[in-house]
Amino acid sequence: MKAAWLTGLARLQHDPRGKWMGMVLAAIVLALLPFALEASVGRTWVRIIDLALLYVMLALGLNIVVGFAGLLDLGYIAFYAVGAYVYALLASPHFGIHLPWWTLLPIGAVIAAFFGVVLGAPTLRLRGDYLAIVTLGFGEIIRIFLTNLNAPINITNGPQGVNMIDPIAIDGLSFAKVNTLVGVPFPGTHLYYYLFLLLAALVIFVCIRLEDSRIGRAWAAIREDEIAAQAMGINTRNVKLLAFAMGASFGGIAGGLFSSLQGFVSPESFALWESITVLCMVVLGGMGHVAGVVLGAILLATLPELLRHTAGPVQQELFGKVILDPESLRMLLFGLALILVMLLRPAGLWPSPTRRRELTSARAPGTV
Amino acid sequence: MDIFLQQILNGLVLGSVYALVALGYTMVYGILGLINFAHGEVVMVGALTALSVTRALMAANLGLPAPLIALMALLVAIVVCMTLGFTIERIAYRPLRRAPRLAPLITAIGVSILLQTLAMLIWGRRYHTVPPIFPPTPHAIAGATITNVQILIIVVSALIMAGLLMLVHFTKLGRAMRATAENPTVAGLMGVNINRIISATFIIGSALAAVAGVLVSTNYGIAHYYMGFILGLKAFTAAVLGGIGNLGGAMLGGLLLGLIESLGAGYIGDLTGGFLGSHYQDVFAFLVLILVLVFRPTGLLGERVSERA
Repeated sequence: MKAAWLTGLARLQHDPRGKWMGMVLAAIVLALLPFALEASVGRTWVRIIDLALLYVMLALGLNIVVGFAGLLDLGYIAFYAVGAYVYALLASPHFGIHLPWWTLLPIGAVIAAFFGVVLGAPTLRLRGDYLAIVTLGFGEIIRIFLTNLNAPINITNGPQGVNMIDPIAIDGLSFAKVNTLVGVPFPGTHLYYYLFLLLAALVIFVCIRLEDSRIGRAWAAIREDEIAAQAMGINTRNVKLLAFAMGASFGGIAGGLFSSLQGFVSPESFALWESITVLCMVVLGGMGHVAGVVLGAILLATLPELLRHTAGPVQQELFGKVILDPESLRMLLFGLALILVMLLRPAGLWPSPTRRRELTSARAPGTV
Repeated sequence: MDIFLQQILNGLVLGSVYALVALGYTMVYGILGLINFAHGEVVMVGALTALSVTRALMAANLGLPAPLIALMALLVAIVVCMTLGFTIERIAYRPLRRAPRLAPLITAIGVSILLQTLAMLIWGRRYHTVPPIFPPTPHAIAGATITNVQILIIVVSALIMAGLLMLVHFTKLGRAMRATAENPTVAGLMGVNINRIISATFIIGSALAAVAGVLVSTNYGIAHYYMGFILGLKAFTAAVLGGIGNLGGAMLGGLLLGLIESLGAGYIGDLTGGFLGSHYQDVFAFLVLILVLVFRPTGLLGERVSERA
């Protein structure tokens, strides 16, 4: 049933009139979404959608490294952490520095990209799973430093994390409180939603343009066969480092936004499990396919929340009492969903057309 | 000097457990080229099953001698883990053998989440104290102390690893396993039943995991549903350090990682003039791993594998 409206959508895309109509319609729906959600299920859900948009940016950033360039990265959340802490330290009472957000997001992106190169440079010779474990180790190292850099000099405030981070403010209009614009009250979560939506759209646009660019093709060439790519005159070292840096910079921006949204960061938010969740979004959605990755990110970010809110009441309704606590049930179903989706659709929920062709035709064993 | 010796002993004990778990990762990787992310959870299930059996037997008050209880608990844990390993491979990995390489990684993560949650439902969230079947009696060796439990861990792990090497190198099953690792298609043409060999690999690896789980929980005296994750992570690191896919490498990697960790925890403060404390021991372990891989990209004992087409 899902496939039906997807093909319908695809047909609409090929008709130029339908394309414009579809885009206008989508824009209206997206613009009204936070108000509709608040009216129907409450403001928590606007916040969940805010976070889902951050995950879209994260998943797309990881998709550049894993999906486009074929480099398995299990420590991606480290860049998110770097971005979040850069923002937190330079816009909070912790050091008494309060830089504006529009300078901090680029700074966070650049520093995260620098860390991406720091990670990428020594690991250029590593392949496949060796790279995976090194990136995993890198992620853990960053987290351990964030946890322990409160002594002897207090830089990160250790496990307690950094508090009272400045919210985003545009022209004196703070995102922390309700603002009335043109007679309509906009709560902060809604303003964040619009900002995140805009940035996510920008990231999506960049990714789509990258995919078929010279760099994107070079990444695909490296993913398929590194030696052949080298023989074709691709500077594999620079191109791989570029993949790490670009993926990391997206993570850095998302991290900065996360800091401002939450107003609080602690090392706990950047555990290995988060890296794995983002990787699941990329692979489950359809590795290397921008639309698929967006779908995967939104599904995996919202489904557990949906389960959290419905698991208790539904059991109450069915059995008259809560048999499994919602948290456990949520994890059980999440685990089952990962297994089932992969068994039924090994290439992801919405794989790229080329990838699907490769899978259905005879393919050489051992290819990624 | 006795602190140094003490850290070496601690490292050996820790390292033997890492090595046992790392063997499970490396055997599966050698044959399927797959990171079995759920392996750590098998260790956890082994530890908690043995714990439950021990408690039940002690509560039944049959007057059994302590070593017999321990042996029975171990055997039950091994059988449960073997079944679990076999089932995991059957359900989560076998259908995906020709799928994109990251697909089984995701199912492995799914299995991992599932097992952890089930274990939490069965055994609860709390830390369980392991009944002291063998009361640890300390022995002094040249100024350092080692308990009988720790000696037992080193001896049992050494025996099991020797047994595994014999199995892989001198039996028909072992030869079939090596052939499958070398080239599954050709091994199949030579009359090796690949599916059976892969199942056997998972079963043997899970049995090792069960033993490791029992040993580690006896050593620390506690077990809980979350213990498998970090142990699995360390063991996987050890397997990569030694050169993944290589049995000797997993053993060497496990022992080395154990030694690095305990020496790092003991000396990192002195080395950095008190700037970095012992909570940086994991950083230390991962840094060594990264350095080793930078200079030897295929691990310590790993062979240079040809590029996959």
